[in-house]
Amino acid sequence: MTNSSKNIDVRNWYLSGFKDFESKLNGESESYLHLIRKLAFEKLGNTEFPTMKNEEWKYTNVNPVLETNYIPAFISEKTVITADDVNERIYTGFDCYKMVFINGEYSEELSDMENLPEGVTAGSIRKLLKEQPEIVEKYIGKNLYKENAFNLLNSAYATDGIFVHAAKGVVVEKPIQVVYINGSKDQNLLITPRNIFAADENAEFSVITNHSGIEGKSYFTNIVTEGFLQKDAKIKVYKLQNEADNAYHIERAEVDLKETSIFSHYNITFGGSLVRNDINTELNGEYCESNLYGLYFGSTDQHIDNHSLVKHMSPNCESNELYKGILDDSSRGVFNGKIYVRKDAQKTNAYQSNKTILLSDDARIDTKPQLEIYADDVKCSHGATIGHLDDTAYFYIISRGVPAELAKSMLIRAFVDDVVGKINIEPLREQINHQIFEHLHRVEI
Amino acid sequence: MSDMKVVEDLTQSEYKWGFVTNIEAESAPKGLNEDIVRFISMKKEEPEWMLEWRLKAFREWKKLPEPDWAKVKFNKIDYHDVVYYSAPKVKPTLESMDEVDPELRETFEKLGIPLDEQKLLAGVAVDAVFDSVSVTTTFKETLKEKGIIFCSISEAIKEYPDLVKKYIGSVVPPKDNYFSALNSAVFSDGSFVYIPKGVRCPMELSTYFRINAQETGQFERTLIVADDDSYVSYLEGCTAPMRDENQLHAAVVELVTHDNAEIKYSTVQNWYPGDKDGQGGIFNFVTKRGMCEGVNSKISWTQVETGSAVTWKYPSCILKGDNSIGEFYSIAVTNNYQQADTGTKMVHLGKNTRSTIISKGISAGRSDNSYRGLVKIGKNATNARNFSQCDSMLMGDRCGAHTFPYIEVQNQTGQVEHEATTSKVGEDQIFYLNQRGIETEDAVNMIVNGFCKEVFNELPMEFAVEAQKLLAVSLEGSVG
Repeated sequence: MTNSSKNIDVRNWYLSGFKDFESKLNGESESYLHLIRKLAFEKLGNTEFPTMKNEEWKYTNVNPVLETNYIPAFISEKTVITADDVNERIYTGFDCYKMVFINGEYSEELSDMENLPEGVTAGSIRKLLKEQPEIVEKYIGKNLYKENAFNLLNSAYATDGIFVHAAKGVVVEKPIQVVYINGSKDQNLLITPRNIFAADENAEFSVITNHSGIEGKSYFTNIVTEGFLQKDAKIKVYKLQNEADNAYHIERAEVDLKETSIFSHYNITFGGSLVRNDINTELNGEYCESNLYGLYFGSTDQHIDNHSLVKHMSPNCESNELYKGILDDSSRGVFNGKIYVRKDAQKTNAYQSNKTILLSDDARIDTKPQLEIYADDVKCSHGATIGHLDDTAYFYIISRGVPAELAKSMLIRAFVDDVVGKINIEPLREQINHQIFEHLHRVEI
Repeated sequence: MSDMKVVEDLTQSEYKWGFVTNIEAESAPKGLNEDIVRFISMKKEEPEWMLEWRLKAFREWKKLPEPDWAKVKFNKIDYHDVVYYSAPKVKPTLESMDEVDPELRETFEKLGIPLDEQKLLAGVAVDAVFDSVSVTTTFKETLKEKGIIFCSISEAIKEYPDLVKKYIGSVVPPKDNYFSALNSAVFSDGSFVYIPKGVRCPMELSTYFRINAQETGQFERTLIVADDDSYVSYLEGCTAPMRDENQLHAAVVELVTHDNAEIKYSTVQNWYPGDKDGQGGIFNFVTKRGMCEGVNSKISWTQVETGSAVTWKYPSCILKGDNSIGEFYSIAVTNNYQQADTGTKMVHLGKNTRSTIISKGISAGRSDNSYRGLVKIGKNATNARNFSQCDSMLMGDRCGAHTFPYIEVQNQTGQVEHEATTSKVGEDQIFYLNQRGIETEDAVNMIVNGFCKEVFNELPMEFAVEAQKLLAVSLEGSVG
């Protein structure tokens, strides 16, 4: 069977399932979101899933994702999750608001969104579409363009997701932690969260998205996130991806920045068998700042693909990007970062760096840092390095009596520290450090 | 700003070397089919196996799609509207310079290649290719003593069929890509070099190419083989006359180094880039690849690219032998409406292989200049090492500079570093030099020369001078 016929098969599966899905929406088929769904459904009929012939997917073969016919979680049998399940997974040690999504559906009883400051609308998109549809309609789908088949699949089956909006001047002190618990013991699920983060003038908030899975059947998380930052707004997103080992995880994020706003994204990948992130920012006002930081840890035969596109559309903006990874066993990493500087975006400062360490002979990295620059008065640079743990540093440490394994762990810790160190929630930082060694099966320091 | 005047003068300066020589060409009819391939082969008096090889390549070409991934835009080429063969009518066989057609000699002199002087002064053997056919070859005798073969490829096909058969297409197979297949089917001429075991070529070998007859595609084929423990430095340089029709140029260069051998290949490319409105100019689609076959072998590419309307060129090294070394030093300058998509591929297959990439891109006017490169460390390439640096300089706010590196590493002992920067000529640097009484134009020239110094240093003496002149003509003063 050729790849392309598989591609059509799975597309037919999702297309034919749509009627059934639509019939179970009840009143929700009248909503604005359903217009988006129907449009995406139509487009999906004419859009093929990407193959490795597509430059953007050159190093990532998505066939494993297309081999299984996943059932949209909305029409599947519900998985029962208890407060204990949530507590096992949640990052602790700091005060936060809590949102819990089970297979992409918001769970009111497990969440804790009490005492939000005035001017903040945060919660389930599905619920808000019923209660205050105008606020969701203002944003949803507004920041998407050139959707690929996966994005369309999300739009076609999207029912719920995170919505956070902070009105002018509102600063949310506590971070909002979103715990996703995905997967099922007996069904292969398609989970399609649809998220919106919007901060008005001078507003500020941070969100921790904590993606976790339960052991069971393979599932497919397919996320679309849109971000909107008005003048002087600040949004931080910490993405901690701990999906199950047999899960597939794809996210596309599009963030629009207006003048002097700052967007920071911390993208940390532990879980998932095939992972693909597209984190894109568009700098549409002067003096804004985009910070994209990432860490990826591959073990067994994980495949982790991080794509980003930073579009400098206005003058005087700054962008930073630092992605670091450690690949062990037969895992594979892909990095593709692109800085685009438009003709009028003079005085741009753009930095991009990708560093990878390979710990095993079977690990592999393909990296493609790109610059596309049409303005002359700019400072843009990118760098990429690939190597193994520094032999001389290693020798220095062991010669002082440090056990070999511990010495390696020290070097790993030092390597990741310039990304981990950027996370300013200390307990979170500690838990991430712990996870790194656990995931790589190494001695912890 | 007074600088603006300088900018206008220089960016609007027309191509200096535009002139046409009238020599009655014996051309093939326009178009491309098997008969044309046969016609070319017959004209070149080639043996049967060569014709078969060409026909096979032609059949592959028909199957291949035209590549569209490069960051260049141009009107679709009608491959059936190109003349694939033209030769000066009289093919002289020469013993001395006096026998050369005076008109030809004049052309060479305009090009700055006074053959008769060159022989004495430069110590450079020149195999001058005038519109597809070798006209004269000098220093052949001296080289012959050492056992070095330096002749046109058509001659080599006849004289040294075994060598040609063994190596042609071994590095760049005809079906490698669209343009290599096209070249393999219709190549008109080119150079062949063979350096025998243990021989260090006593002089720089050099070929000047020149496209002449109107609407003629130029399809050179160069093959250089350095046997064990040998060394050769090869120079290639070219200028072309002014034209309105786009001219197609699809060359293939193959290099092979055996154990401990080294080839240094330097290019100064100054094909006609089109006028300041982007009319005309050469399409330069070149496949250059070197194979470090033996242990401790080395291939070094140095290029200065200032010409062509569209450039599509990636001189590459396949580092197959253990401890082999690949190098790529490049300056690519684009002005007006020029587009260049150039870079290199370093494929590490052997152990302890090393590669260095230094690429300097300068864009001015409305041009687009891209670096596109691949560094690949194969699974068995233990302790492979690569260092890449790609710097771009922008002059003017309507040009583009792009970097598209691909890095693929499959061995944990590999060490790869890639670094790229984009910036413009610093106002503070110009100001500093102005302060010291240096005119803006000279200041920019100095800064650009400094920017490119690492590459100039790699060029052989004669070329370095020429290259710096070319650079000055191409963009001196483009910054305001």
